[in-house]
Amino acid sequence: MAYVAIADRDHEQHLHDPQTFITKYIWSQDHKVIAIQYSLTAIFVGLVALVLSGMMRLQLAFPDVFSFIAPIEYYQFITMHGMIMVIYLLTALLLGGFGNYLIPLMCGSRDMVFPFMNMLSYWVYLLSVIILLASFFVPGGPTGAGWTLYPPQAITDGTPGAGWGIMLMLASLAVFIVAFTMGGLNYVTTVLQARCRGMTLMRMPLSVWGIFVATVLGLLAFPALFVSAVMMVFDSLLGTSFFMPAILDRGEQTAFDGGSPILFQHLFWFFGHPEVYIVALPAFGIVSDLISTHARKNIFGYRQMVWAIVVIGGLSFIVWAHHMYVSGMNPYFGFFFATTTLIIAVPTAIKVYNWVLTLWRGDIHLTVPMLFSIGFLFTFIHGGLTGLFLGNVVVDLPLSDTYFVVGHFHMVMGISPIMVVFAAIYHWFPKMTGRMFNQTLGKIHFWLTFLGAYSIYLPMHYLGILGVPRRYYSMGTTDFVPESAQAMNIGITYSAILVGVVQLVFLVNIAWSIFRGEKADPNPWKANSLEWQTPDTPPKHGNWGPDLPVVYRWAYDYNVPGAPEDFIPQNTPPDALHPAGRDHGKAH
Amino acid sequence: MAIAIVVVLLVIGSVIFHFASPWYFTELASNWGMIDATVDITFWVTGIVFILVNLFMAYSIYKYRHKKGQKAEYEPENKKLEIWLTVITAIGVAAMLAPGLFVWGQFVRPPDNSAIVEAVGQQWHWSYRFPGEDGVMGTVNASLITPDNPFGMNPDDPNGQDDILVSNPEVYLPLNQPIRLNLRSKDVLHNFTVPQFRVKMDLVPGMVTFMWFEPTRLGSFDVLCEELCGIAHHAMRGKVTVVERPEFEAWLNAHPTYAETAARAAGNRDIGQGLYQACAACHGFAGEGRKELNAPKLAGQEGWYMARQIRNYKNKLRGVHPDDIYGQQMAAMAGTLVDDQAIANVIAYIETLPDEPAPVTVTGDADRGARTYETCAVCHGESGQGIWALNAPRLAGMSDWYLAVLLAHFRDGVRGAEPGDFYGAQMAQMAKRLSNEAVINDLVAYINTFPVNSPARVSQAQ
Repeated sequence: MAYVAIADRDHEQHLHDPQTFITKYIWSQDHKVIAIQYSLTAIFVGLVALVLSGMMRLQLAFPDVFSFIAPIEYYQFITMHGMIMVIYLLTALLLGGFGNYLIPLMCGSRDMVFPFMNMLSYWVYLLSVIILLASFFVPGGPTGAGWTLYPPQAITDGTPGAGWGIMLMLASLAVFIVAFTMGGLNYVTTVLQARCRGMTLMRMPLSVWGIFVATVLGLLAFPALFVSAVMMVFDSLLGTSFFMPAILDRGEQTAFDGGSPILFQHLFWFFGHPEVYIVALPAFGIVSDLISTHARKNIFGYRQMVWAIVVIGGLSFIVWAHHMYVSGMNPYFGFFFATTTLIIAVPTAIKVYNWVLTLWRGDIHLTVPMLFSIGFLFTFIHGGLTGLFLGNVVVDLPLSDTYFVVGHFHMVMGISPIMVVFAAIYHWFPKMTGRMFNQTLGKIHFWLTFLGAYSIYLPMHYLGILGVPRRYYSMGTTDFVPESAQAMNIGITYSAILVGVVQLVFLVNIAWSIFRGEKADPNPWKANSLEWQTPDTPPKHGNWGPDLPVVYRWAYDYNVPGAPEDFIPQNTPPDALHPAGRDHGKAH
Repeated sequence: MAIAIVVVLLVIGSVIFHFASPWYFTELASNWGMIDATVDITFWVTGIVFILVNLFMAYSIYKYRHKKGQKAEYEPENKKLEIWLTVITAIGVAAMLAPGLFVWGQFVRPPDNSAIVEAVGQQWHWSYRFPGEDGVMGTVNASLITPDNPFGMNPDDPNGQDDILVSNPEVYLPLNQPIRLNLRSKDVLHNFTVPQFRVKMDLVPGMVTFMWFEPTRLGSFDVLCEELCGIAHHAMRGKVTVVERPEFEAWLNAHPTYAETAARAAGNRDIGQGLYQACAACHGFAGEGRKELNAPKLAGQEGWYMARQIRNYKNKLRGVHPDDIYGQQMAAMAGTLVDDQAIANVIAYIETLPDEPAPVTVTGDADRGARTYETCAVCHGESGQGIWALNAPRLAGMSDWYLAVLLAHFRDGVRGAEPGDFYGAQMAQMAKRLSNEAVINDLVAYINTFPVNSPARVSQAQ
């Protein structure tokens, strides 16, 4: 039997409409509800990680003042902060949250292809979060091995949480990967199989492209983390020696022999580097759409943007060992990995040029989402450029394991994706809730977060150049760190606390606006992509009413010459008043 | 509008910060000026891009901000511009990568005239090994490590017999001599970093890694561990002292070879008994300690620890601070033990003394102390039994008033502050947290609850 596109089978589809409160809001199979469940859980656990970072900053600014932050706690805080932010907040929010919400709406689908599995994905994710947080309450507390969990120290006695803590961390990661796989297969299949008529791949909004490629990366990369977690559990519980050579553990001979700690690092970073792009690519895609919409101008170089996403995704699998230049691996690897790493700068730079060129000759509305998008551009440019230091193997030598690294990765995969997350939440809030957020509070939130974050991370680079190592509970006395560095540390801590507290403005704004915000127009930003063209706002179950939309153009027909308005939605057929615009991809 | 101005101000501010802030590379002390040059090239290339792209963005925001009746241009693609930008970017990247790879090519190949030195890492200390006259390092194995063979030397390897062992976190290196530093770990990952040398490398248990450099400046430089290695990672410090060659030779020759340490005679307790009579006046004939004379209990303390402290007193690493009155007394007494053999003899005698728990004189809230002790337990053991491998002495059953005094001394810089007392400095860094006397008393009260003949202690003694 010939294959029939899902869009053409629409009328035969049975919609599993929710029947009760529980099936509508809790055991829901609706991608929009699941998206919100994912987002709220991720934001909650992200707030926990934010508090942990505040505690770390207190210790760094005022060493030995707070009795509840001993070295054990400090190393537990840095570990949990890092892991939560990277995996349980950013990955979950950008893919489980935005991926879930946007893919079906932007592709013109009724839902994810496998709604039951989608629901299961969230609940398994929630389980992984519960296991993770449970480690705060077990004997010895959570692991303090650093978010990279390097053995042997992750499972030997000199590290906090080397018993229960690390086991729960590894179990939680394994469970998270199961959840991600269920969600990820859904996103990929939905993008490939469930787009509506006319939505060719080269008409898809870049948000979908970014999320799609990031999901493919995740499906290929997470298994490496999964197996390394399983192998480390075996080393710890069964006494195998995958990662463990013959060593002493606090003076006692151990039974380990012959394993390789560097093997773990290869596996970890084979996952860990693509992970950077699992977070970055959705942000790249989303910010492209936001800049185009709010600058009322087509995204510059759409095809190049798509190919840049694909090429970056592909290259991200052959650069991992740039995290390991000083790991003791064969130093000749440095030549290869430095070269691939710097090559990745080219497509990344092209994306930056295209974003900025989209602003050029635009009609820029400085809305709250646009401000956050500009904040993203500024921090991403900064973070991307400092990546050229660390990627270039010999420049990495003095900077590796210092605060330069901390400054770099927070700028590039902390602050800049978070800028996009905020931009996206403000941008789609009217669609998700049917109400507007408060603009003034949104702007206050932007200014304090943006300026505060920059004042945290810019100075950190210079502490690193000076030679201040990361992951130090306290600096103690050295012959090269001047007193002024401690003054800077205090300043950084004040900024960090300010930025942390300012997030309350965001939470209050969102909470208040959900119930009391002004009623929103169905398409308040006059955007072209399909999610703004739904018959209901917020979209009802099934998204599109009786008939699926049909797409006739790309998502970027803003200010097309000859059109009466400055935007032409994707489902508007070309006619005298609505020129075809750029339409190289013909509908099939 | 405001955002365009702020972007411009941030660019200007960042550039000013770069040039005006007092935080930049430490003064170079090795041959790796080429690394600094590569960093400079990278700063120039990326700095120019940072300035140009951000200023262009700010200008675009300013010029094309929304005004009534404004229309955006409709230009989906501009192939020529896109290709042009790609080529320029590729050239900029190549301009950074090419010198980087060239310098890396130097780093991966130590010069033929390099001298081999080995740095050994363990939680949370450094030690060093030189190959001796034959220029070849003997083989080692982690499974051979014991208190008497801390380097894990293979006793049957002829190459190892003349290896010179430096059981101290400070190493001397000769000026202008390329050094191939082999790196080895006994337990977990560590990283050998001297910021002034620019280069660093991880120590990986189970294998030997390396890096090379040539010290080009006289002076003492901190060695830092820069790979997270457990709870005292931040306190794993050492020192590299760069000196002229004659001074280096003298320093090196003052250290024993492996064969010498292996042949070292055990202490003679009978001779030690005679020597101990001088100690007994204050510490008591049974080594039980006498609080009224400010002399702590010795019986039951780890021999390696007491030997090190006696040497510290003799070498002016302890009992020097003006506030350490009783330490100064002890420093004078330590001089009566003329050499290492005398020290070994007296320790051998002390080890025969009966280990009765010292009387409890400090009271406090042991439950609160237990919380504080979690950190201490990592090195000193869950029941205060002491762990030689971590250079942590026994606490259980020792004079509690002395522990309280010493903790305050560590915290206040009375002990552990002499340059060269690395183990003391480490304890001083950890003791900074003991904010007041109540905290110390609670902690000591908790230590008083430890059984003296705990199973852990017995097993270690065997």
